[in-house]
Amino acid sequence: MEFVAQHPVLVVSLVKIVVLLLLLMTALAYLTWFERKVVARIQARIGPLYVGAHGLLQPLADGVKFLFKEDVTPPASDRFVYVLAPFLALSLAMATIALIPFGPATIMILGVPTHLAIADVSLGLLFLFAITSMGVYGVALAGWSSNSKYPLLGGLRSSAQMVSYEVSLTLSVVGVVLLSGTLNFNELITNQSGYWYHIIPHWNVIPQLIGFFCYFIAAIAETNRVPFDLPEAETELVAGFHTEYSSFKFAMFFMAEYANMITVSCLAAILFFGGWLSPFPDRWTWQLYLPGAGLVLGAIWLAYDTAMKQRGIARIQLAVVTALALILGVACLIPAVMPIVQGPFWFLLKVLCFLFFYVWTRGTLPRFRYDQLMDFGWKFLLPVSLANLVVTAFVVTVRNR
Amino acid sequence: MTLPLILFFVFAGLAVLGALLMIFLREPIHSALALILVMVALAALYLLLGAEFIAAVQIIVYAGAVMVLFVFVIMLLNAGEEERTNLSKLAHYVGWPLGIFLTVELVYWMSRATIGARVTTPTIAPGDPTRDLSMLLFKSYLFPFEITSILILIALLGALVLAKRDS
Amino acid sequence: MSEIPISYFLVLSAILFGLGVLAFVFKRNIITIFMAIELMLNAVNLAFVAFDRAHGAAHDGWVFVFFVIVVAATEAAVGLAIAITVVHNRQSLNIERVNLLKF
Repeated sequence: MEFVAQHPVLVVSLVKIVVLLLLLMTALAYLTWFERKVVARIQARIGPLYVGAHGLLQPLADGVKFLFKEDVTPPASDRFVYVLAPFLALSLAMATIALIPFGPATIMILGVPTHLAIADVSLGLLFLFAITSMGVYGVALAGWSSNSKYPLLGGLRSSAQMVSYEVSLTLSVVGVVLLSGTLNFNELITNQSGYWYHIIPHWNVIPQLIGFFCYFIAAIAETNRVPFDLPEAETELVAGFHTEYSSFKFAMFFMAEYANMITVSCLAAILFFGGWLSPFPDRWTWQLYLPGAGLVLGAIWLAYDTAMKQRGIARIQLAVVTALALILGVACLIPAVMPIVQGPFWFLLKVLCFLFFYVWTRGTLPRFRYDQLMDFGWKFLLPVSLANLVVTAFVVTVRNR
Repeated sequence: MTLPLILFFVFAGLAVLGALLMIFLREPIHSALALILVMVALAALYLLLGAEFIAAVQIIVYAGAVMVLFVFVIMLLNAGEEERTNLSKLAHYVGWPLGIFLTVELVYWMSRATIGARVTTPTIAPGDPTRDLSMLLFKSYLFPFEITSILILIALLGALVLAKRDS
Repeated sequence: MSEIPISYFLVLSAILFGLGVLAFVFKRNIITIFMAIELMLNAVNLAFVAFDRAHGAAHDGWVFVFFVIVVAATEAAVGLAIAITVVHNRQSLNIERVNLLKF
């Protein structure tokens, strides 16, 4: 206990890391469920239904399956690099969550004022890009070490694509940095507070609309998702760079891809949509009840579903989920907890919207051919990002004069 | 043994380990991975020295772009294990001692650097160091900056021409 | 950090530079030799940043490091393009095969 008293910052950081890691792993698992359900509905079917109520235990079943599958290692592969690649991909993808702020200001834990982020770095945005730029290695090394033609081609193509779109990604964000004058995440968010005409929030998406579109397209390409997922499409290159991977190593690549999606969505929410700021003016105090009210309404709908539609064990599982939702909803309505919940609630809502958009494009758009993809990245997206940067710089200079 | 000193030894050890691995591993791809380890360890050392922007640039440019280029080229050329060297015995027996002597001499003179045994600035100077760096870069060093951008353009064109097949 | 003597960083820089020289002299693969050059440049960058920290508030050392990083990246690109051309002509990555001008 003395250790806790003498090093409060360290202990609080460790607790934050553990909590955030557990939440992230759960979010990754249920993101796969979310994607399968939404893509299924777009394709006029239902998706996972039988494993648990509404297929909610499907991620658990998938995880168990991955753990028990036979781990096949190609005999001629480079053993060290083969094992290193998925670890590298997953650890880099999960490291970025340390920089992202989930809520405003400071709350006091153990007498230490803490931000709702693991690390509040003054150059946060730059370090986030540094970590994502290292993500190319996971893909390239996986392709190389499998010692097989299709993975090598897939790995080379995929890493070339990631490197190309990384340039547009970073350039499209510089407009936002120019407007705010800082690279720190918390300051980027607080510079977006305030309202025009008392009703329209001051978010960066309005002056930087082109920047936002460039950013989001580059982000989809960077995370190797449809329509930019030729290197890992099943009909094209078997499975691209993760062809020769099985069981848990494949699961690690899978999780790394979803973790990258979450990171990029968080970044879009922070940079362009005000992070944890609420879209409604502060005068409207009824918005404080939104998290609690939303959760309670969800619990009521779930209760209806449990009573009317479910049978057998699914009914029991769904009843547990309903009870959980109800407890969380009521907890959010306690006056002491209410202000703390606001920031994370809006942030998570925005991230969820972006993730929905990702899954929506997956269900809707066909994929690019590789040369179309590279043409688009270098000949269209890069000039547009540059033009956005130049115009923003010009406007900022004229405005400051 | 304060925490910064421990961190210094950890990252310095990683850097030297990476450099030794780069020399003694036989596959080029493993040497490249060892060099990436050195660069990341050096970025951490830059953070210890208070150079945050330089640490980020080191990772983005060096570890994240230059080494990716090396890894691509190794993959494209399918570089295999190092062949046995046909060095003359004399070069082998003279070269290693001379190289080690160079290292030892450099270490000796560096350890006697008289700029002060300790860092005398008590804290990092107030104000935004990134802002100071950009002021220097765009005011005092503007000409080298522009020349460097032209240099990059020349290198881009040169590499493009060199790597193109004669078709 | 005010507890680490600057000479520690300089000694590390010297060690890395020496190891880079040894790698440059004794390795046979073109690409590994290029990597040894990058190691030497990194050692010099470390020395620059250490000296910058010891010399007060002006950050000229960082400007040098910036330019060294940029020029090293440029040189790596052109050098690797040359290496690719040489390999296509000599069909080997061993520099002992590139000895047509040897006396």
